Amino acid sequence: MSTEPNDWLIGQSVPRVEDDRLLRGAGRYTDDLHVPDAAEVAFLRSTEAHARITSIDISAAQAMPGVVAVYDGASVVDRIKPLLNAEELRVPPGIADLDPVNKLQPAPILATDEVNYVGQPVAMVVAETRYLAEDAIEVIDVTYELLPAVIDVEAAQAEDAALVLLGEDDNIGVHVRHGKGDTDAALASAAAVITETFSTQRYVCAPIETRGLVAQQDPFTGSLTIWSTTQTPHRVRDHVAESIGLPVDDVRVQSVDVGGGFGQKGILVVEELLVPFAAHDLGRPVRWIADRFENLTADAHAREQIHHITLGADADGTLVAVKDHIIVNLGARNMVGLVVPYNALCHLIGPYQVANADLEATGVLTNTTFTSPYRGAGRPEATFAMERAMDRLAAELGIEPSELRRRNLITSEQMPYETGLLDRRGVPQEYDSGDYPAMLDRAVEMIDVPAVRARQAAEPDRRIGVGFALYLEMTGLGPFEGARVEVMPSGRVRLYTGAPSQGQGHRTVFAQILADTMGVAFDDIDVLAGDTASIPYGVGTIASRALVTAGNATAQAGELVRERILDAAAGVLEANAADLTIEQGIISVTGTPSVELTLAELIRSVPKLAGGSGSDGLGETSYFQPPNYATASGAHAVTVEVDTATGRVEILDYVVVHEAGTIVNPVVADAQVVGGVGQGIGGIMSEHLRYDENGQPITSTFSDYLMPISEMVPEIRMDEIVCPSPTNPLGVKGLGEGGAVGPPAAIANAVEDALRPEGVSVRSGPLTPGRILDMLRSAAVSQ
Amino acid sequence: MSDLEPSGPPTAEPTARHTISFTVNGESVTAEIESRLLLTDFLRHRLRLTGTHVGCEQGACGACTIQLDGQPVRSCLILAAQVDGRDIRTIEGLAGPGDELTAVQQAFADQHGLQCGFCTPGFVMSVTSLREQSQANGRAPTEAEVQDCVDSSYCRCTGYVNIRKAARQALGLPIDVPVSLDSSSGQVSE
Ligand code: FES
Ligand code: FES
Repeated sequence: MSTEPNDWLIGQSVPRVEDDRLLRGAGRYTDDLHVPDAAEVAFLRSTEAHARITSIDISAAQAMPGVVAVYDGASVVDRIKPLLNAEELRVPPGIADLDPVNKLQPAPILATDEVNYVGQPVAMVVAETRYLAEDAIEVIDVTYELLPAVIDVEAAQAEDAALVLLGEDDNIGVHVRHGKGDTDAALASAAAVITETFSTQRYVCAPIETRGLVAQQDPFTGSLTIWSTTQTPHRVRDHVAESIGLPVDDVRVQSVDVGGGFGQKGILVVEELLVPFAAHDLGRPVRWIADRFENLTADAHAREQIHHITLGADADGTLVAVKDHIIVNLGARNMVGLVVPYNALCHLIGPYQVANADLEATGVLTNTTFTSPYRGAGRPEATFAMERAMDRLAAELGIEPSELRRRNLITSEQMPYETGLLDRRGVPQEYDSGDYPAMLDRAVEMIDVPAVRARQAAEPDRRIGVGFALYLEMTGLGPFEGARVEVMPSGRVRLYTGAPSQGQGHRTVFAQILADTMGVAFDDIDVLAGDTASIPYGVGTIASRALVTAGNATAQAGELVRERILDAAAGVLEANAADLTIEQGIISVTGTPSVELTLAELIRSVPKLAGGSGSDGLGETSYFQPPNYATASGAHAVTVEVDTATGRVEILDYVVVHEAGTIVNPVVADAQVVGGVGQGIGGIMSEHLRYDENGQPITSTFSDYLMPISEMVPEIRMDEIVCPSPTNPLGVKGLGEGGAVGPPAAIANAVEDALRPEGVSVRSGPLTPGRILDMLRSAAVSQ
Repeated sequence: MSDLEPSGPPTAEPTARHTISFTVNGESVTAEIESRLLLTDFLRHRLRLTGTHVGCEQGACGACTIQLDGQPVRSCLILAAQVDGRDIRTIEGLAGPGDELTAVQQAFADQHGLQCGFCTPGFVMSVTSLREQSQANGRAPTEAEVQDCVDSSYCRCTGYVNIRKAARQALGLPIDVPVSLDSSSGQVSE
């Protein structure tokens, strides 16, 4: 690093360079691109949860005005390979030793003989406009022979359950069991044991911009360009090339401005193969943007889990064993394998020390839409179970819940801490750094537990309660991310990386890192993320990984280019590279202030340097491979009041104390946390993607699927502690997901605390007024 | 003369055609449109004013909010045919290229009131409308008016806290809402 530490941009709330353009309405989102002559797509989707297709007749649709082409399953089955999200479905060696079940169930590109959920693509119409394409969809004739549909996740596991996917042996897509010690023995001799079932309902990412893409084939070379909302452009490139049989070099995927992703745009769906295929097949640009109905019914769902959890503890509250059987509703296919089930499993115990654990996760198929990771990817669900169970244990033992937590936390002196379990990569799980007791103490102090208890005593007619949720998050998923840094002919510096932004502010945050590393001015840096033509390999922006992986790759590449600059400048200035410095993009010789060289001057002279290095230009590509996860953590604390007459839950105070290593841009970082909290509040308070018993989705509009509006999200009081990660040179950790992990557990804990006089048990969300009233009624009946 | 040259319906379009004239961002526009064309599609794809976004086409998310005769409306619930003779303002009509941002836009930048920016044009148009209305009335907006205004759109990224701050800055109100540890009794959620 070249500049003085007190000039460093890392750690400063540099205003976002993204904002000016976006605020003027000059953003360039996928549907904003004007691609001349682009035809538009509409999909015919299954209306049945499970059925055999006995016939499809597309002839009337083909004859409709403005129709360019109609494809059904038969017309693409031999031309596009079925979809497998191969990276997500890979089982690393250490996990393979656990002998897991992970069935490969490729998704048919368009259904041929069987449909397995409402919303599954059956036919694709390409027409002059979306209006005309939808007209043609209306006249496609499909006949279905209904098959038994399995919707309930417990029923799907019964011996005699009907099959969700014909041809499979059962409805289990994923299974894994992992633990340590002797859990049954520890539970048998524990002073206190609690057993309960806690579940998380199905809810969805629903970014305000839906998924979409535009594909265009070059008429001369046959290569394809795809503009996409994807979080993982290189994966889209590889899959498109592979599935339609093009050389990977002839597919270019660019993620332009993207309107939120949260995981939904992080996995591939068949539409993302069909649209490029159509562009390739027709030699004409093709556009598809999901409408909201498609987004809510036919794009990836998330979260639905049941936890049958048991905790055992000594009389003083020391945890001795955790047992959990996690049931994950995968939907109609195993799309992403162990990702969510295993993430839930290996994050369940979180910041606590426990000698014995027996953890089992079963991914069950149902005739509902497939599921994907959503911000937190199994952690909000696991945290809900664990942290609810901790409150039950505290009640059982008569210990203040925050104190019970305190007694069981891993301390900072124990860091790095090996849990005795395997992490997602199948290697021993090690927390790199953190200070969970300090974090909890801060949260207890901020929410002021004694004051809440005093209020409960002083105002016995009101139903006020306090709840906590502690969690951690192993961030910075590998295997790598890359950065290419290049000095441009103008003397400006460009950074390319495979990790695009869906709103996280990469153009600003990565430029801060590069400015510090290279010694160039922040304003002279342009960040272009998510274009496969600019960097050959990439993974993408998922799993709280971009800052850790792409951020450090940026620093590495910046360092290399800085060396190249100084070497080249030494040649031009006939000086010793060791005597040169670069600050704000100006190279000077130490002790000779009159001699200066700008990057623009330097880059112009590089090609002319006689006896130069032989390399042209000043650019380097570098890939960062994180050696371990960077473990971030958080403590949420909340007080609520419940109105027992209306069932309304009001959040009175919400506190977040988080730890995510070195913070690059505090304002941006805090906003990521708050945004996550907003989504977590939606999940526990109002959101529920529901099906009827026949597998028909009944929350298919934003009027039925209730996301939070402003008044549902209170002010969030925040504090942070900083434990720089030893796993990477910048000391950073990911924090994109963390905010969403805490709210469901913290709020449910507070609500149960508030309704303790009524004896209410909170086992699942959403905590809508209607459900709160139901809980009050059933508590009254059982008392 | 207008710089805005709308493209017309595709030849295959089966619904009836109409000629409409109206103003958008101060410019007059005459266009041939089909009966069923949504105003959002007309603005975005025929006039290429893509700053107005579409998040649902169900009237729920507010991303498509524009001003019609000075009032904030959901443009996804309006047919292009309905705007004949009327006056439209979109996000592109606030600050011209190279001009300073308006007070509302600047407030969103100052308060980090946007992340992905997809909901932003809708919020900016809603807050702009309230600001103009309160200026016309010669009084500051009430807390209830501010709440209604920010409750009118969905944002999936920010958790709204910074959007509220931006709105308050733009409306000349104290930016920080003090955290009251008591319930707001009587307010209705959902
Ligand atoms: S697009 Fe108009 S309200 Fe959502
Ligand atoms: S900033 Fe992304 S939806 Fe509001």
